[in-house]
Amino acid sequence: MAALSSNLLFVAFILYLIATLFFGGSIKEKKGLSEKKETNKWGKIAVFLTIVGFVSQLGYFITRWIAAGHAPVSNMFEFTTFFGMALVGAFIVIYFIYRTTLLGLFTMPVAILVIAYASMFPRDITPLIPALQSYWLHIHVTTAAIGEAILAISFAAGLIYLVKAIDQTKSSKRTFWLEAVMFSLVTVLGFVAVSSIFSGMGYHEKFNWVDKHDNEAVVEYTMPAIAGPHEGELLTKDGFKPFVEMPAIVNAKKLNTVIWSLIGGIILYGLIRLIIRKRISAALKPLVKNINLDFVDEISYRSVLIGFPVFTLGALIFAMIWAQMAWSRFWGWDPKEVWALITWLFYAAFMHLRLSKGWHGEKSAWLAVIGFVIIMFNLVAVNLIIAGLHSYAGS
Amino acid sequence: MNDVKCECGHVNPHGTVLCEACGKVLDETDNRKELLDMRYEGSARRSQTYNKTIIDKIWNFFSSVKVGVWLIIITLIASILGTILPQEMYINLPPDVYYEQEYGWFGKLYYQLGFHDLYGSWWYLLLIAMIGISLVICSLDRVVPLYKALKAQRVTRHEGFLKRQRVFGANSEAEQTDLETVKKHLQAKRYHVREENGDILAEKNRFSRWGPYVNHIGLIIFLFGGMLRFIPGFYVNEDLWVREGETALVPETNEQYYIKNNQFILEHYDKNNKTFEKALNRAGEVVKNYQSNVVLYQREGEKIPGEKPKLKKLEEYKIRVNQPLSFNGYSVFQSSFKTEFKAMTFALTNKSTNQAFGEVKVDLTNPQEKYDLGNGYSVELLNYFPDFEFDDNGEPSTKSRVPNNPAFIFRMNTPDKPKGETSFVAIRQTIEPFGNNTYKLAFKGIETKNVSGFIVRKDSSLWVFIIGGIIFMIGVIQGAYWNHRRIWVQRKNGQVWIAAHTNKNWYGLKRELEAILAGTKLTMPDDQLQRDKEVKEVV
Ligand code: HEM
Repeated sequence: MAALSSNLLFVAFILYLIATLFFGGSIKEKKGLSEKKETNKWGKIAVFLTIVGFVSQLGYFITRWIAAGHAPVSNMFEFTTFFGMALVGAFIVIYFIYRTTLLGLFTMPVAILVIAYASMFPRDITPLIPALQSYWLHIHVTTAAIGEAILAISFAAGLIYLVKAIDQTKSSKRTFWLEAVMFSLVTVLGFVAVSSIFSGMGYHEKFNWVDKHDNEAVVEYTMPAIAGPHEGELLTKDGFKPFVEMPAIVNAKKLNTVIWSLIGGIILYGLIRLIIRKRISAALKPLVKNINLDFVDEISYRSVLIGFPVFTLGALIFAMIWAQMAWSRFWGWDPKEVWALITWLFYAAFMHLRLSKGWHGEKSAWLAVIGFVIIMFNLVAVNLIIAGLHSYAGS
Repeated sequence: MNDVKCECGHVNPHGTVLCEACGKVLDETDNRKELLDMRYEGSARRSQTYNKTIIDKIWNFFSSVKVGVWLIIITLIASILGTILPQEMYINLPPDVYYEQEYGWFGKLYYQLGFHDLYGSWWYLLLIAMIGISLVICSLDRVVPLYKALKAQRVTRHEGFLKRQRVFGANSEAEQTDLETVKKHLQAKRYHVREENGDILAEKNRFSRWGPYVNHIGLIIFLFGGMLRFIPGFYVNEDLWVREGETALVPETNEQYYIKNNQFILEHYDKNNKTFEKALNRAGEVVKNYQSNVVLYQREGEKIPGEKPKLKKLEEYKIRVNQPLSFNGYSVFQSSFKTEFKAMTFALTNKSTNQAFGEVKVDLTNPQEKYDLGNGYSVELLNYFPDFEFDDNGEPSTKSRVPNNPAFIFRMNTPDKPKGETSFVAIRQTIEPFGNNTYKLAFKGIETKNVSGFIVRKDSSLWVFIIGGIIFMIGVIQGAYWNHRRIWVQRKNGQVWIAAHTNKNWYGLKRELEAILAGTKLTMPDDQLQRDKEVKEVV
């Protein structure tokens, strides 16, 4: 069952990749982009492949559930994969409301990146500690992920808006920040590439080091140590000697991974720039020339409207019910809880700005981008850096 | 101040921008703009009308969405600050030590700024309170005028009102049959259609306009629930430790309920479990279950001081994480456990021959004074320190009554030492205060037992949160998943004018209009906002 499950996920991943190419094709075919016009043949194939991929991933989800005996949303790999699936699902739903394949061209790569990122974490089926043995947990996590995925669609639409609206002929703050968003996406790819390369090589090196309580400990790096641990002493023969040594309060191993991801991102980004000879956002501009700005603006806002109630229900209300059962208090100011609150407050502010200050169009698109940054921060950084009760960090 | 009478005859409250009935622009300064600002129907809101007294000023401050958004943003940023380092409740050292020790100068600063208890700080609570006040005032400021204006609206609208709607178009050639078809289509789309002198107003989902106000009420109720926490007795939150085999009073229950802990169970996942094999190899031991098998009792009859209560058994229950025991508004949660020393065993031994003369087993919670070993051998317990330490004067003493570090002073009586020998015995040390003894008490073993840690919780305010949460959800869904749409089809200057308005989702409105106008000679009205943009883009 577990093997079948992995295969289904792999199939889904490949299908998403192919679908993305077809989405690209559907745009090239000139017509069929703005509101109301029919989707062309390429577009239809793309949507079909996306749906098949989604069903395949659903198969992964169900078979893994059967194999594990609990819903597969209980470690970083499982949760992040589920988020990717929810993203595809949310796109399919929004697609059938607005029928624009351009949205697919921007959403699918994000979903692919999310799933690729997920598979860099240990993929073993993990047992549940007692606090996690609750169906409320599963309801909470899945609903929250679906809510976040719908909100993420507003990011994809916002990105389309910005690519189209921002003048790329001269550099400005706006081109810089939009390009920064593109660079971050490339860096995720950098992380995936670097991790895959080193794990393919089976790279390992061990250090003796001294933690902040002056205890000696051993740490194992899976990437060459650019940032070494505090008072680290290399144990592996021919291991890579660190350039710098970190103070004890810094988690040197995680920092090292971040450094490598950035290096990977910079190299990839550099290569891309070398090939296309302009900003990524500028290169994407021709793809969006037929879309109507108000139309994407509306998709972006609609996604927030649809996603916000789902997010509230999943990330706050169901979370509170679970917390009440597991820890006897529905709210405990745990970092993960607080970041859910922050996300929620942010989107509340977003809607108020839009409604009463008339923040439509470009401002609204930037807000959608920031919202997605907050969601990703909650998913990545809070789990890995600010460890708390909800953290899957151990796994 | 005076009310304003519109040329259509309707009397509007002072401050109205668009006549409630016909929509004519009353405030002339607004007349130049191309499109109407339709927010709150141009109704007379208190905050836009009065700004004289201090109460007006306060009202206006809190009713401003700008202020509301600022409050939300400030709360958001403050909340982020609280997640940088662990909060006070998640650390297990005194905060004045912990932060500096773990995070150096930064930790110290964090602590000195009071960020270690950020969410309980007065200023954080003040922010939340201000959001609450803002919610109340801001909702009141808008909902009443909005309600009145929507109620007073007439079918026939002023020309200026229609022309300056975002979706607007005029048709010169239209037949009566066209209007009939449109009406049928509108009704099929579940519009509520009203007609007056041949003019049509079709409206649907007005209720969605109340969504924000409903969700704000839900939020206010939720915040109110938070305030109830400060009322004594409304909220009970106590720790309770019960040793295996013991019965303990459940705190804050008016000495009504008792819990007996029969057994504490700690289970780990089986290393040979096929499914989890790999994960377990990586992670080591993983706990599968924390469980206490308990019996719940209720006291019978009056409470008589000094007497043991009579207990009636209510139920047996297995308290596990995620499965608390609930009774009469109380919940008992499994929260932690520890192991305690239960009994220690010693053998009375002759030091030179190593011959033993019987064993002594000391129950650490309830030790005997004398242990008779027969044949003239006995051991007396002269003094017992369950949690041993040397006090400031260097005398042996005990920190608590919990046997964390038991120590004993024994007198060993033997046939060859009829006066007895004294020995001080503690874990891993023996002191012989009066010189060299012939006998010793050799340590043989220690028995432990588990103590279950429970949290006893009673939260009478819980239902307030539940109701607040439900109302909030109803409100957001009401406001987000439906939109208020209005379509006007009216005869003006021998033409048929069509105008439409929605509070959100213009795309959906336009799609719907297309369907409604299908099969008629009427042309699809323009989206004047988009036309503006296109003109600009061309330029
Ligand atoms: C965290 C707190 C808050 C939440 C979660 C919240 C939620 C919402 C939501 C979901 C909407 C509907 C938005 C839309 O449909 O696009 C809304 C509308 C609104 N909110 Fe809030 N709100 C909050 C605080 C406030 C505050 C403090 C104010 C006052 C300044 C305020 C004033 C308004 C107004 C005026 C509207 C528009 C009402 C209308 O369209 O008639 N809200 N709120």
